[in-house]
Amino acid sequence: MNSLFTDIRVGWYLALRQVRRASKWTTTLIVFVMVLTFLDLVVVTGVLVGLIDGITNLYRTQETGDVILTALDNKNYIENSAQVAALIKGLPQVETVTERYSSGGTIEANYQESAGDLNTKTNETGASFVGIDPNTEQAFGKLAGYVKEGSYLSENDYDAVLLGSLYVDRYSFGKMPSLTPLENVYPGSKVRVTINGNVREMTVRGILVSTANSPIAQRIYMPADELRLLMGRTDNNVDEIAILLKPGADSGVFRDTLLRSGVGDVAKVQTFDEAIPNGVGEVKDTFAQIGNAIGSVGLVVASITIFIVIFINALTRRKFIGILKGIGVTGRAIEVSYVFQSLFYAVIGSGVGLLVLYGFLVPYVSAHPIVLPISAAIIVAPVLDTTVRIALIVIATVIAGYIPSRMIVRKNTLDSILGRN
Amino acid sequence: MIEAKNIIKTFKNGPIETQVLKGIDLIVNDGEFIAIMGRSGAGKSTLMYQMSLLDHPTSGAIYIDGKDATALTSHERSRLRLVTFGYVFQDYALLPELTALENVVVPLLMQGMSEKDAAARALRALQRVGLHERPGNLPSQLSGGEQQRVSIARAIAHEPTVLFADEPTANLDRESSDAIMEIFKELHGRGQTIIMVTHEDEYGTLANRIIRLDDGRIVSS
Ligand SMILES: Nc1ncnc2c1ncn2[C@@H]1O[C@H](COP(=O)(O)OP(=O)(O)O)[C@@H](O)[C@H]1O
Ligand SMILES: [Mg+2]
Repeated sequence: MNSLFTDIRVGWYLALRQVRRASKWTTTLIVFVMVLTFLDLVVVTGVLVGLIDGITNLYRTQETGDVILTALDNKNYIENSAQVAALIKGLPQVETVTERYSSGGTIEANYQESAGDLNTKTNETGASFVGIDPNTEQAFGKLAGYVKEGSYLSENDYDAVLLGSLYVDRYSFGKMPSLTPLENVYPGSKVRVTINGNVREMTVRGILVSTANSPIAQRIYMPADELRLLMGRTDNNVDEIAILLKPGADSGVFRDTLLRSGVGDVAKVQTFDEAIPNGVGEVKDTFAQIGNAIGSVGLVVASITIFIVIFINALTRRKFIGILKGIGVTGRAIEVSYVFQSLFYAVIGSGVGLLVLYGFLVPYVSAHPIVLPISAAIIVAPVLDTTVRIALIVIATVIAGYIPSRMIVRKNTLDSILGRN
Repeated sequence: MIEAKNIIKTFKNGPIETQVLKGIDLIVNDGEFIAIMGRSGAGKSTLMYQMSLLDHPTSGAIYIDGKDATALTSHERSRLRLVTFGYVFQDYALLPELTALENVVVPLLMQGMSEKDAAARALRALQRVGLHERPGNLPSQLSGGEQQRVSIARAIAHEPTVLFADEPTANLDRESSDAIMEIFKELHGRGQTIIMVTHEDEYGTLANRIIRLDDGRIVSS
C-alpha cells in the first residue's frame, strides 16, 4: 500500500467534511476574499493595460491604420500623392487606403445670436481640420459609427462639417490649451471656419463622439475638396495617407516594402507603433508593472488571510489533531487535509472570479468601455496571463495553508491531546 | 503481550525534576483485562501513555510481543498505534465535523481499507456498541454516553490487539457508565486484551487483575 496515496486519501476525506460542515459564513467570507484577490490580480492590470491599449487601438483604427504616410519634415504635403496612392493600392497586402488633407484653423459659433443678444457670447477656438472622402473614410475607420447626433457627411455634401466631441462643450472634458469647447452647437447650427485666411460659413452636419484621447474627438471633418480650397492648395497633394492592411500582413514588413520602392523620398513612412504619440509604449509597460505590483499586494494579503484562517483553525483543533495522530493518522495526512482546504478556497475563489471576469466584466466592459478622461478602457485579460495568475493564487494559498498546519501538526502528540504547551 | 520493564518517567520543569513513574515492571498477557487504579496523581495516565506508545519513558523499555518498542522510529510507532492498539479517551475525542460513522471510518481508511469496506466495518463496530441506528449523527447530536460509545467503536473497529482506556466513564452519569462497562465486559469475554485506568472500585472488579499505583510505584497487583 502506497502510504502517500493513503495520506492523500485520508486528507481528502477529512478536508471534504471539514469544508462541507464549516460555517457557511466563514466559507463565504474566505471565498469572497479569494474572488477579490483574483479580480485584483487580473482586472487591475487588465484595466490599466486596457486603458493604454484603448488609446493605441483608437489611433490605429481611426487615424493611422497599420502604416501611415505623412509629409516629410521639411515639406507641407506628400509630393506626388496620386502616384504614391496608386502604387500602394496596387499592393496585394493592402485592404483600404484613405487620403486626407489636414490643416489648422479656427472655428466660431454663436456669432449670429450674439449680434442681437448681449447674453450670448461668440465662441471661438483653434481647431484641427481634416478633409476626407466620406465613402473612403467610412470604409477605412467606420467613421459614421461615431455620429452621435445628426448625420454623416454624404458624397456631395458641401459647406458641412462633422465636429469631434472635444469641440462640443456637452461632450468635452472642459477647456484645454488652445481648445475652448463650443457652446450651444447642434446639427444644423452655423459655424464660421477660418483656414489660411479664408473664411467660410458652414453647417454642423453631425457630432462625432469618442473618448478624449481618440483622434476622432480632436478633429473636425469636412469634404476633401472644400478643405483643399480653403487651404489654398492648388495641386492634389494630400497631407496624410493611412493604410489598413489585410489580416495577417505585417506592418513592419510593409513599411520596408514602401521604403524600398522609394516612397521614403516623398513621405515619412511609419508603422502605427512608431506613429502613436511618444512614450505610449513605456506608459503601457509602466501601467502593467503598477498593475502587477497592486496584484502582488493582493496576493500577499490573500496569502496572509489563508494563513491566519488555517492557523486559527488548526490551533483551535489542536486537540483533535493530537487525537488523530495518537490513533495513528499520519501528520502528513492531516497536513494534506489543510492543503486541500486552502486549495478549495483558491479554486472556488478563482472559479467564481473567472465567471465574474469572462462571464460579466470582460463582455460588459467591452460593450460599455469605462470612459475615463484619457481613454475608454477595456479589460485586457489574455487567457494565458489569467492562467498564470490563477496558478500563482493556487501556489500561494497552498503554501499559506501548508505552513500553519505543519506548525501545529509538528507539535508533540501527547501535549496536543492534553492541551499542554 | 505487552511488557513494561523498569519504566521511569521524569518531568523536567526548569530546574525542578519530578519523578512520576519510579520503576514500573508489568506484564500484560493476551486476553487479560487489567484495571490500573490509584488515587489522583498516582501516575496512572502517565503509565498508560508509556505503554500505549503515546509517550517516551525517561528510561526502561516497552516490549510488544517481545519487540522493544522504544527502539522504533516515530513512523513505526504511529503504525503500531494505528494497527495494534485502540484508544478510548476520557473526553471521547471525536472529530466534531465527522459523523459517528465517519469518525470510526478514518483510522480504517488510514490502514488502507477502501471507503466501502471501512464503512461496512465501522457500521459493525457501531452495532457492537449499540449505536448502529444513528451512524449519521454528528457528535454534537449525541449524548456524552453515546459519544463515548462511538469512541469505543472507533477503538475496536480494526480489532486491535490491545484496547487502552483512560477513565472512560469519568465524565458520564451512572447509567451511561454502566452501559460502557457492560461493553468492556462483553469485549473482554470475546478475548479482547484491555488496559483500563479507573478510580472506581466497582468497575475495577470487572477486570481480572487490578494494578494499584501509588506515587509512581506499583503497590499491589
Ligand atoms: N507534563 C508534566 N509535567 C510535570 N508534571 C506532570 C506532567 N504530566 C503529569 N505530571 C504529574 O505527574 C503526576 C501523575 O500524573 P498522571 O499520570 O496524570 O496521574 P493520574 O492519571 O494517576 O491522576 C501528577 O502529579 C502530575 O502533576
Ligand atoms: Mg489520569
